[in-house]
Amino acid sequence: MSLGSVMVPVKDILISLTGGIPSKETWHDIITVYRLPKAITAMLAGSGLAISGLLMQTLFRNPLAGPYVLGISSGASLGVATYILGGTILGFTVAGSFGRWGLILAASVGSFTVLLMVLAAAKRVRDTMTLLIIGLMVGSLTAAVVSVLAYFSKAEELQQYIFWSYGSLGDLSWPEVYILIGCSLGGTLMAIFSIKSLNALLLGDAYAKTVGIRYSRSRLLIILATSLLAGSITAFAGPIAFIGLAVPHLIRQIIPTSNHRILLPAVMLGGAILMLLCDTVAQVPFSEYKLPINAITALVGAPVVIWLLLRKKKLLF
Amino acid sequence: MKAKTSHIVLATEGLSIGYLSKKMNTIIVSDIDIEIQAGQLIGLIGINGSGKSTLLRTLSGLQTPLSGNIILENNNIESYTPEALAQQMSVVLTGQMISKNLTVFELVSLGRQPYTNWLGTLEPTDFDSIDEALDATDCSFLKDSPCYALSDGQLQRVLIARALAQDTPLILMDEPLTHLDLHHKAALLKLLTSIAKSKNKTILFSTHDIEHAIPLCDQMLVLQKGKVIMNTPEQLIESGVFDRMFPEDHIRFDSELRRFFVEN
Repeated sequence: MSLGSVMVPVKDILISLTGGIPSKETWHDIITVYRLPKAITAMLAGSGLAISGLLMQTLFRNPLAGPYVLGISSGASLGVATYILGGTILGFTVAGSFGRWGLILAASVGSFTVLLMVLAAAKRVRDTMTLLIIGLMVGSLTAAVVSVLAYFSKAEELQQYIFWSYGSLGDLSWPEVYILIGCSLGGTLMAIFSIKSLNALLLGDAYAKTVGIRYSRSRLLIILATSLLAGSITAFAGPIAFIGLAVPHLIRQIIPTSNHRILLPAVMLGGAILMLLCDTVAQVPFSEYKLPINAITALVGAPVVIWLLLRKKKLLF
Repeated sequence: MKAKTSHIVLATEGLSIGYLSKKMNTIIVSDIDIEIQAGQLIGLIGINGSGKSTLLRTLSGLQTPLSGNIILENNNIESYTPEALAQQMSVVLTGQMISKNLTVFELVSLGRQPYTNWLGTLEPTDFDSIDEALDATDCSFLKDSPCYALSDGQLQRVLIARALAQDTPLILMDEPLTHLDLHHKAALLKLLTSIAKSKNKTILFSTHDIEHAIPLCDQMLVLQKGKVIMNTPEQLIESGVFDRMFPEDHIRFDSELRRFFVEN
């Protein structure tokens, strides 16, 4: 939080946070109005995306699964695009705080729908590579629909959507941060309640059923948790790539376990840390420039995945 | 010391198995009326596509029967909750995509899931069961190895250890001998025999290694032409079931030597 276009010493940050008045009064505002909500958003987004990546990798038993690769983020994008851009066509406008809620709702519905579609496909095709390709195709499909919507929409709506799609952690006001906290809390709780069934799912569906797991119920809970987390984060912070995919693998490198009781808190922490780091880089410390967060996570995440693949030859979930 | 009670663990009444689909039901085996006694080692044999896996999947509740009932410990299998069923019956399946990142201990400990709380916390009794299962299958030295480092034979033993840790009177195994060389097949068959005898567990396993299974099994279930025949290996040899086992004339069963021969 100390690094940004204006540098604030760590001591003054602590003073501001604890309610005191720092050496410069503007610093107090910078901290409480801009940087604190941003840091909280970054941590929530990082941990939430990492959790959904972990859940998807276990549920699909595929090391390349993640909210982004399986098209869940694309689903959220489509939801948001329909909401922002489709307004012109469908004849309504996005306004005020209702707009924010609508955005979340649109993103959540979008990601949930795509997840259900991918899951329905998962029932038909046993081969997980095929499933990934289906996820990628869904991604292309949504991109195409978004293009069509963009073609018919107004310039300012298009701009609004494009800014959203770059991803940004800094645009949240306090009430919005509270909403995100609520969604993250709900999704994380669902994930915690899924720990036991997630561990059973490491053996595959059939084994999971024979150790007493209520399969459809557990699967639904995992999907709900994923779409709530990925959906709400995507709605507020835009589609953020690679965090969900890379963090679980990084954690597995550090802690050699598959037990979700250890993995879940570990990926939450790892995701939060990585996201804060990416955000710091995106800020370009001490400069006026702000890079899109989505570009930074991809710049960091993609090489990490390639490096893991080269090193281990094979990714395990 | 538990008295060796000879009661019926599992029975079926007019069971038909196969696949349900919208257009029609494909019946693979029908009129299955079998009774399985406690503490026995039972081999399930039949040619490819005869319904061995389907029968095991149906008995374990993974697949719904087309008709008929499955009676487990005097109760219809449908009356069990998933947890209660998992405390009565464990399975060993092959060809499952299990996470190879699990350590042997973690994998075996998943067998304790029917007994643990909502978070899957392992209690001292759970640790005891896991250690016992690892001991019985000679896997203790592998405890901390990740599954990707195991050989096929070791992985098969670990999967059996997981089923043992589940501590159920009945264990169903789908082709536990596949992908193993002769030495490991023999070792595994001896292990199954000793588990059935020393722990008084009932083991129903499917296999293509009929010759190796004959001397060790108490009973054998033969799936043939959509029907099931159950008897002791001796009785089956006498009645000539093995001679009729394979549909064409390529293979002959010698009842003296108890071996199959390929005809030239």
